[in-house]
Amino acid sequence: MEHKASVLENLADVRAMIKRHKRNDTLFAAIGLLCLMLGLVTLMLLFWQLIADGYPKFSLDFLTEFPSRRAGRAGLLSAWVGSVLVMAVTFLTAVPVGVAAGLYLEEYAPKNWFTDLIEINVANLAGVPSIIYGLLALGLFVYMLDFGQSILTAGLTLGLLILPIVIVSTREAIRAIPVSIREAAYGVGATKWQVVYDHVFKYSYGGILTGIIIGMARALGETAPIITIGALTFIAFLPPSPITTEPPFLNFEWLSSGFTVMPIQMFNWLSRPDHAFHVNAAATGALIIVVTLLMNGAAIWLRYKIRKNIKW
Amino acid sequence: MQAPAQLTISPRLAKNIRRNVKERIIELILMLAALVAVATTFAIVGVLLYESLSFFKTVSVVEFFTDTQWTPLFEDAHYGIMPLVSGTLTTSAIALAVAVPIGTVSAIFLSEFASHKTREIIKPILELLVGVPTVVFGYFALFFVTPMLQTIYPDLPSFNMLGAGIVMGVMIIPYIASMSEDAMRAVPMSMREGSYAMGATRFQTAIKVVTPAAISGIVAAYILAISRAVGETMVVAIAAGQQPNLTFNPLDSAATITAYIVQVAMGDLPHGSIGYQSIFAAGLVLMAMTLSFNIIGHWVRKKYRESY
Repeated sequence: MEHKASVLENLADVRAMIKRHKRNDTLFAAIGLLCLMLGLVTLMLLFWQLIADGYPKFSLDFLTEFPSRRAGRAGLLSAWVGSVLVMAVTFLTAVPVGVAAGLYLEEYAPKNWFTDLIEINVANLAGVPSIIYGLLALGLFVYMLDFGQSILTAGLTLGLLILPIVIVSTREAIRAIPVSIREAAYGVGATKWQVVYDHVFKYSYGGILTGIIIGMARALGETAPIITIGALTFIAFLPPSPITTEPPFLNFEWLSSGFTVMPIQMFNWLSRPDHAFHVNAAATGALIIVVTLLMNGAAIWLRYKIRKNIKW
Repeated sequence: MQAPAQLTISPRLAKNIRRNVKERIIELILMLAALVAVATTFAIVGVLLYESLSFFKTVSVVEFFTDTQWTPLFEDAHYGIMPLVSGTLTTSAIALAVAVPIGTVSAIFLSEFASHKTREIIKPILELLVGVPTVVFGYFALFFVTPMLQTIYPDLPSFNMLGAGIVMGVMIIPYIASMSEDAMRAVPMSMREGSYAMGATRFQTAIKVVTPAAISGIVAAYILAISRAVGETMVVAIAAGQQPNLTFNPLDSAATITAYIVQVAMGDLPHGSIGYQSIFAAGLVLMAMTLSFNIIGHWVRKKYRESY
């Protein structure tokens, strides 16, 4: 009899323990959800606040007016044109160099200390704070190479900054292509470059594009390196147009022109004591967020589509 | 009779040679592109060292590390980096105090508790948030978080390290959550199944099996997050203040290394002046700090990686 009672008591203990553990389980799940939501909801609230603050400035005039001493009339024209031109230089430098470097490292590079050196460098560059790139540009591009505080300098700086992103995503995209594709191409007599360009590169196009979009979104929002090279914050003119009506229809004067970009314009408006300018800053911030979120969203969606569709 | 005067190359061989030359040239061009990465690293180190060396001709290294004031642009110039370092460390510590607990718990929830569908929705959102430009977070710190904190501490100055640090923390949460979640997902299912078979609950499995197994990846995420916080510029430049201040009190206003560089670059300093050189010396210290964190992070991940 005594024995049976102790077993029953024991059973009750065990049941209590299981109950306690299950309660802990639910409790932690609730805390986890709370933490996740705390992070996400805070960020959403902040974005909402930004849009609400900047709402009075949402109009086409904001995009077609130059900055002004009067907050009500000030617009983003020189800033968004500057952003577009700087991004063009960034795109034209980072994409060819980054993709070529990615192709080299995945397809050509022999396994030796030299390749290791390049790989360590790429990994390391990805962790260098953006403002350090600004110091590099200030010392190297602005003064040693005498490019001045120009669109060219800013574009090259951001190009170097996003280079690791483009290289890494190119390599990841290429790595997903099975060896059999390469072997088939070699089998019909293609040279190395024909294999690499016509097959490996073209099939990994989508993945590479994903990395390029993420890199460009990063470049669009970067402020610190461009401030460091000494970009002006009050620009009431547009750089010379890259396309002219006269032959040869292209002109490169804009590369050496002074400029401002959207994040710098926002920073400038933020640092003024007059509250009216803060509304402009909020509107600019909302625009930057919407554009970068759209770009990053497109990249993530693209990656998702690629993962789903391609089955080798 | 004449001997055959010259070697004739058959058209097919000539084509082959041309093709080989072209192949070699292409390989060379691709290699040069890869070398840009190496050149960038050398250029960064070179520029920082070159300008810093001129700086250290005027300022002794001992003064640089022991003086408690940083006033290179004043009449009475002092060149002690410590006030900037204290600002940098304080804001980073606040950011981590916010981001590490919330980020880690979120990652555990996402990896071990959330359904497949929830994870598929949340993960891309996290990746999306990692890409938000930092200047925007500066706006939040200055006009949203600091006024909120001022209702609790009415004496809080409008530029303060607490607000900037908290916002920086919120900014880093997605980064830590996403990277830690990756590390936890990499733990093989069989380990969880083994734990469940012993009668463990999800919570016990998550804390006692999965987290220890993924600890190298999680710690690496923390360390890379530190490096990010230390190098973060816009939030602190906007919201933490511009005055170098040797203090670890989060309620004070203080400049960080990055904020100082921005402040000097905004002004119009002549090339070659001591003020101009001082931002490179500050940059060198920043680079050394982030580089050591990055190296430790990669080392931890490699060294303590459990292999299954």
